[in-house]
Amino acid sequence: MSTQISKPAEQRLGNDSPPANSTLVDELEDLSIGAIEERLEAVSERFYYASQWQLILWRFQRHRLAVLSLILLVILYLLAAFAEFFSPYLATSRFTGLQMAPPTRIHIFHEGKLHRPFIYAPQRSLDPETFRYIFVEDTSTPYPILFFTQGEEYKLWGLWSANLRLFGTGPDAPPIMLFGSDPLGRDIFSRTIYGARISLTIGLLGVAISFVIGVIIGGISGYFGGTIDEVIQRLIDVIISIPLIPFWMALSAALPRNWTTVQTFFAITLILAAVNWTGLARVVRGKLLALREEDYALAAQVAGASKPRIIFRHLLPGFTSHLIVSITLSIPVAILGETALSFLGLGIQAPAVSWGVLLQDAQDLMVVAQQPWRLIPAIFVIGAVLLFNFVGDGLRDAADPYST
Amino acid sequence: MLVYIIRRLIMLIPILFLVSFIAFFVIELPPGDWMTTYVSQLRASGIELSEQEAQRLSELYGFDQPMYARYLKWVQGIVLRGDFGWSFQWGKPVSEVIAERLPVTLAISLMALIFSWLIAIPIGIYSATHQYSFVDYLATFIGFIGLATPGFLLALILAWAVYEFFGFSALGLHSREYLDAPWSVAKVLDMLKHMILPLVIIGMSSAGSIIRVLRANLLDELKKQYVITARCKGMSEIQLLFKYPVRLALNPVFSTIGWLLPAIFAGEVLISIVLSVPSIGPLLLRSTLAQDTYLTGSIVLILSALTIFGTLLSDIYLAWADPRIRYGGLSR
Repeated sequence: MSTQISKPAEQRLGNDSPPANSTLVDELEDLSIGAIEERLEAVSERFYYASQWQLILWRFQRHRLAVLSLILLVILYLLAAFAEFFSPYLATSRFTGLQMAPPTRIHIFHEGKLHRPFIYAPQRSLDPETFRYIFVEDTSTPYPILFFTQGEEYKLWGLWSANLRLFGTGPDAPPIMLFGSDPLGRDIFSRTIYGARISLTIGLLGVAISFVIGVIIGGISGYFGGTIDEVIQRLIDVIISIPLIPFWMALSAALPRNWTTVQTFFAITLILAAVNWTGLARVVRGKLLALREEDYALAAQVAGASKPRIIFRHLLPGFTSHLIVSITLSIPVAILGETALSFLGLGIQAPAVSWGVLLQDAQDLMVVAQQPWRLIPAIFVIGAVLLFNFVGDGLRDAADPYST
Repeated sequence: MLVYIIRRLIMLIPILFLVSFIAFFVIELPPGDWMTTYVSQLRASGIELSEQEAQRLSELYGFDQPMYARYLKWVQGIVLRGDFGWSFQWGKPVSEVIAERLPVTLAISLMALIFSWLIAIPIGIYSATHQYSFVDYLATFIGFIGLATPGFLLALILAWAVYEFFGFSALGLHSREYLDAPWSVAKVLDMLKHMILPLVIIGMSSAGSIIRVLRANLLDELKKQYVITARCKGMSEIQLLFKYPVRLALNPVFSTIGWLLPAIFAGEVLISIVLSVPSIGPLLLRSTLAQDTYLTGSIVLILSALTIFGTLLSDIYLAWADPRIRYGGLSR
């Protein structure tokens, strides 16, 4: 064990790889030789006593992109959790006369003078040649954007009634629609934030389920080996070989159309998890096969520990970090899966809102050409998937004790 | 080697049975079946249909039998006669319906696979030998975007862009004037033009992962001592690179074909729906929605079987190319 720890320690101090805290280098440059040695002693001391998790955390912090991604992800989840507060309108509120309106522009100059951020009222008219709606701003009155304002009544998490919203324009002013509106006159910004709720939780929940299945099946397969292992591995081979989208399509077509949103949500989660667990099971099995040959596993067995106890108490903690990486990397698969299914009309059904549902609304080529703002939810899908991948990559580098 | 291949071929039989089993039962999960929908449709359209007649229809199509009996009959038909059952929706044997569209799916998928190798392998090698260069970062970035962008969205946007900037409608497989025209050189060229977009979109998404695998493996390989030895002995860089490290680093690329193929088929299905390419994709979507049991089951079965064969081929190639696997596989 000590060789593993001291190797990165030497490299960290010896060669030009970036150290855990970059100020250390600056400090060292100003110090005399003796002081440097003293300082190094202190650092390596800290290094030797650090727990495995502490080491992972240090290495993870060095990964700027991963840390930034993690922060952004937390923000995204906060947005989703408090969707009612961050969105100016309900996901179902319609604004008649403002169907398919482009994103509202925010101005700060009114009649040449600086003004607090405000919007103009949109005026709709029909283009006589193309019969398309065109929107022109009525620049006579500015409507200021209000922060922490009273908006439409909502029930936070279905429990508490409230009407406080982060921003809005007040009851008599025209609505502010940052991402424009859809053909029913609903605010796409609010819908995107509400949609994050389903799209982001489906990833977490789906992966949580596949985690439980994967660890149990992979654990059995890896620890017992032999025929059980062979059977389980072949089963996993079969499941992996079934192309995902057709398989998901077939499964989700099985859902009764009259189910409630909540029922469909859980069913879709289960469908996504039904395939996703195989990857985790493989990781668990591979690691267990290696770890069960270790002396401490034998020691536990000699001491009379039961097999489940050896697996879950002694072997599993040995590769928790690898599991976390696999989990992080399989969340985006579930998010993309939900989006694809809902896009095809097989996943979450309207009136429930998810990113996939929002994109399903926009699957026409005409929409791309004429109302490109309706594709903005896609940026959130891509963003969330990218962020999870960056965090996962950072974690993988951090969790690998042999990396520098 | 021969023993290894035979062993793998024998193992294929239970796997294919398992896949057919899963495919069939997944389709059978929905409450109700095609017949109940059909009967209620007939009644809704004003056709008088007595209970006995409905019963007779049900028996005619075999819906009165329990699930396992129908499964056995289906599998028996496939194994003995190559008969995949009857498509209720199309009123034709499943094999006929699929035969029209499967070649398109196969052609696009195979070409997408080759396309993704053609772009991924040179880029992967270049990024590994020029680590942290501009091209390396660009490749990583594009790979990530390809990974994170839903394929259907890319298809939608690119189809619009192609139309907007080139005035070329990329939807379907043939331009309108060639739809009913007999096969000619011009029609084939037109079809190839329509295939570019699906190819690029499907190929891009898998190219990203190939680049990452290849780059990581090649980087590991280049650090090894035999590379240093060869370099010390004065071997030219190009020769050195392609003689051993690239060959070794390519092995994992080919061995993960088994994971790549399902992704490619899945991508093909989804993108064909968006671009209305007359392949398996739109067929599958319609048949799942209509609960056309045998058609859906057969499609899932055929796609999975193709994947399994692909994996087998890549395993055989690996065993042939890599003696470590060959002897490991034999001694097991």
